Amino acid sequence: MSVLIFIDTAEGHVKKASLEAICYGAKIAEQLGTSAEGIVLGTVKDDLAPFGKFGVKKIHHLNNELLDHLDAQVYTKVIADIAEKIVAKVIVFSNNVDGKAIAPRLSVRLKAGLVSGAVAMPDISNGFIVKKNVFSGKAFANISVNTDIKIIALNPNAYKTTAGEGTAEIVVVNIPIDPVKVKVTGVNKTSGEVPLTEAEIVVSAGRGMKGPENWGMIEELAKLLHAATACSRPVSDAHWRPHNEHVGQTGTAIAPSLYIAIGISGAIQHLAGVNRSKVIVVINKDPEAPFFKAADYGIVGDAFEVVPKMIEAVKKLKGV
Amino acid sequence: MKILVCISKTPDTTAKIAFTDNNTKFDSTGVQWIINPYDEWYSLVRAIELKESDASTVIQLVTVGSSETDPIIRKALALGGDEAIRVNTDSQDSFYIASQISEVAKQGGYDLIFTGKETIDYNGSSIGGMLAELLNLPYVSLATKFELSGNKAVVTREIDGGEEVCEVELPVVVSCQKGVAEQRIPNMRGIMSARAKPLKVVEPSGVNTLTAISSFELPPAKAGVKLVSPDNVEELIRLLKEEAKVI
Repeated sequence: MSVLIFIDTAEGHVKKASLEAICYGAKIAEQLGTSAEGIVLGTVKDDLAPFGKFGVKKIHHLNNELLDHLDAQVYTKVIADIAEKIVAKVIVFSNNVDGKAIAPRLSVRLKAGLVSGAVAMPDISNGFIVKKNVFSGKAFANISVNTDIKIIALNPNAYKTTAGEGTAEIVVVNIPIDPVKVKVTGVNKTSGEVPLTEAEIVVSAGRGMKGPENWGMIEELAKLLHAATACSRPVSDAHWRPHNEHVGQTGTAIAPSLYIAIGISGAIQHLAGVNRSKVIVVINKDPEAPFFKAADYGIVGDAFEVVPKMIEAVKKLKGV
Repeated sequence: MKILVCISKTPDTTAKIAFTDNNTKFDSTGVQWIINPYDEWYSLVRAIELKESDASTVIQLVTVGSSETDPIIRKALALGGDEAIRVNTDSQDSFYIASQISEVAKQGGYDLIFTGKETIDYNGSSIGGMLAELLNLPYVSLATKFELSGNKAVVTREIDGGEEVCEVELPVVVSCQKGVAEQRIPNMRGIMSARAKPLKVVEPSGVNTLTAISSFELPPAKAGVKLVSPDNVEELIRLLKEEAKVI
């Protein structure tokens, strides 16, 4: 018996969301009195053994470049094989782009109940109950998993990573893989940009910015804070910003440590996607903006005056 | 070309979320129901666009739900689509729903199956992947663009910090999100013709669930906002650094 954690990579590097999944899976293993093992598919640039410090005893690595791009069907078969081999009772994914594609397939293949979007440790005192996000951040549901094998897809930024001591044993896996059917022909990646769902800090702006030409100060503030940029739905609908920046109920749901909302009124649909943020700062010239009710800190003021002052203050703080 | 579009009913995006029966059931009192936005705005509209460029395309809609779902499926038919199938059962967990849809899909011989990226109520993002596994088909999730090229689908999908383009032979299951299409409003002609379109009701097949909801919770209320003067922005940055410890 063991806990298996899917460790996913981007361009050969282990994703931050995977570190959270490892720490979460290791904690579950500790609760169940068993050990945590990881699985990595495709070629990697990172040295995997040091990831043992996050709590995995072994990492199964299938080093095959055909697995460098995601084909959920092929991945599922391999992960199911390893899970069966090590008798995994709990399988943990990050609920990110890869986890969302693979975990549901694996659930069917192993007839294992899936909780996607988990936000807390399972309660194993009476059954196996996992708290997840529902109604796009407006509520939580406690889901009881009734199968022998359980699969959990952990929301990014929902579990804190802690590093201890230890080195993982690397187990080189050599099993044949099925033919890849989803062929990747092009990648369009904004290099150096912090992925929105993984970002610790997000600087987001809305219609109050008046037009796409005014986003320079938003980007500058984000860069200084090592933050990702985001926007409200009207901004993305008007094509001022790319649609992948849209956060809210019908865009991306995020849970950073700090969410700075500039010129966003805070419609209920927007709040739903961001209200799991640890700290929310709202800058809006309208004191009646509903967003202030959901905020921890706020400034009633014009973004065009406040944001440049924030940039100066952050520069001063960081000594740049 | 035969397309199956999966349709789910969800509370309106402005609906107040509350629970009854000792926090074990969603309180639907006064709730306005809508088509799940991802199903409507992106998968359904993209299917309609594909039919507009190739009139021989057949669009079938499928939903899992009781007769209360009929107004939603009629609204979807008003937007477009040739006929609808409703599996007559209250939806339970994702595995149960995906299994019911897969039974419909097995009968239909579809080239393409569209789902939304997730529903805005249970946020599982699971039906597409489960369906693909049940049907032993490839799955492309979180599509932001979808094109057909002969017997292939050319799909742009989200990856962390960007997008990638991939090609896959039909049949395939694709989950759609923003970018795939633009929201449309049904016109009078569509609404009138929807009444005459076939809505077939089929009984569910016996499938076990894998999970169950044991209770719901609402998030704790915020303590209240601490306002800082616009003339003292440095104070805000100090609070974020020293009090909140987030920068």
